[in-house]
Amino acid sequence: MSEPWEDDELDGPVRKFMYVNRRAPYGTIYALESLEVVLIAAAFEQDVSLVFMDDGVYQIKKGQNTEAIGVKNFSPTYRALEGYDVEKLYVEKESLESRGLTADDLVVPVQVVDRNQLAELMEEQEVILSF
Amino acid sequence: MPMLHTVNKSPFERRTLDTALRHAVKGSGVLLIEDAVYAAFEGTVVAEKVRAALGDLKIYVLGPDIAARGMSEKQVIDGLEVVDYGGFVDLVTEYDKVQSWL
Amino acid sequence: MKLSILVNEGPYQHQSADSAIQFTKAALAKGHEIFRVFFYHDGVNNGTRFAVPPQDDRNITEEWTKLAKENDLDLVICIAAAQRRGILDENEAKRQGKDGDNIAEGFRISGLGQLIEAGIQSDRLVIFGD
Repeated sequence: MSEPWEDDELDGPVRKFMYVNRRAPYGTIYALESLEVVLIAAAFEQDVSLVFMDDGVYQIKKGQNTEAIGVKNFSPTYRALEGYDVEKLYVEKESLESRGLTADDLVVPVQVVDRNQLAELMEEQEVILSF
Repeated sequence: MPMLHTVNKSPFERRTLDTALRHAVKGSGVLLIEDAVYAAFEGTVVAEKVRAALGDLKIYVLGPDIAARGMSEKQVIDGLEVVDYGGFVDLVTEYDKVQSWL
Repeated sequence: MKLSILVNEGPYQHQSADSAIQFTKAALAKGHEIFRVFFYHDGVNNGTRFAVPPQDDRNITEEWTKLAKENDLDLVICIAAAQRRGILDENEAKRQGKDGDNIAEGFRISGLGQLIEAGIQSDRLVIFGD
């Protein structure tokens, strides 16, 4: 991570950032480019939360194999987030259940929260980026 | 004030409005822009849902997007507030933060 | 108030590119400061000077250039997203060995850190996208 354009860290107040992932991977680029934002954001030492809800829960589904579609499988990168001190990963319970998934189906350990808890968490944030 | 939620998807094609309404806590605002303005009118299958949400939320709709689509402000559900772009800016500054549900 | 705008879709394809311009104009008219406009995903395509929309249509890129000139706006195109989609300034063209650049006047290319900084420094971040 030492490209010349990536050294623009700055000192300032720590704000509560929440990244809300609502879209499935591969069908569109939003999931991948959202992950790229989170990786860069980690360098700014803000208070980062990551949410997976709606089809966003599919981003962290185990067992992704993209060989035959010719696209890079970026799901292992979610496991690296811990190394970037991005540790608050939330998954919405209703989104998981309505898709027949459980936390065991996911590539990373997450905190499963229900819709109301998530709404409260969102209210606590200062900056929300929804992808 | 709590959060302003913006929604830009037609409620007949996508579920974004549902999602926003379910995650907006009491006292929040919801602003319908672009194709989401189709949720704002009487006589549709979503009108009842929007009316019900008015109990806990303020709902606004962007007038220029209504006019562009040949819809009539007269048909807007009672209790919704029509705003222009200046009003959109005011809402952004009046509420504590903005969540754009894309 | 200090506002920043994130534009996530390309021009003409999605109304969000137009909504972002209308919102920015209205915010400026009300005396707010626009800290930064950041272009991400296909939004980077708002910054190519090579687009030639029909004459009776609006020219979104030129509108941004004009707004930037009149109001000293900071229009930032994400470098990672721009590289994928072929939006280049002179430096990037040279660095990548390409035979020309296509960035429009008033825009600059920089890193995603500029988006995070906008989130930190602005009172509000408003996102336009699909």
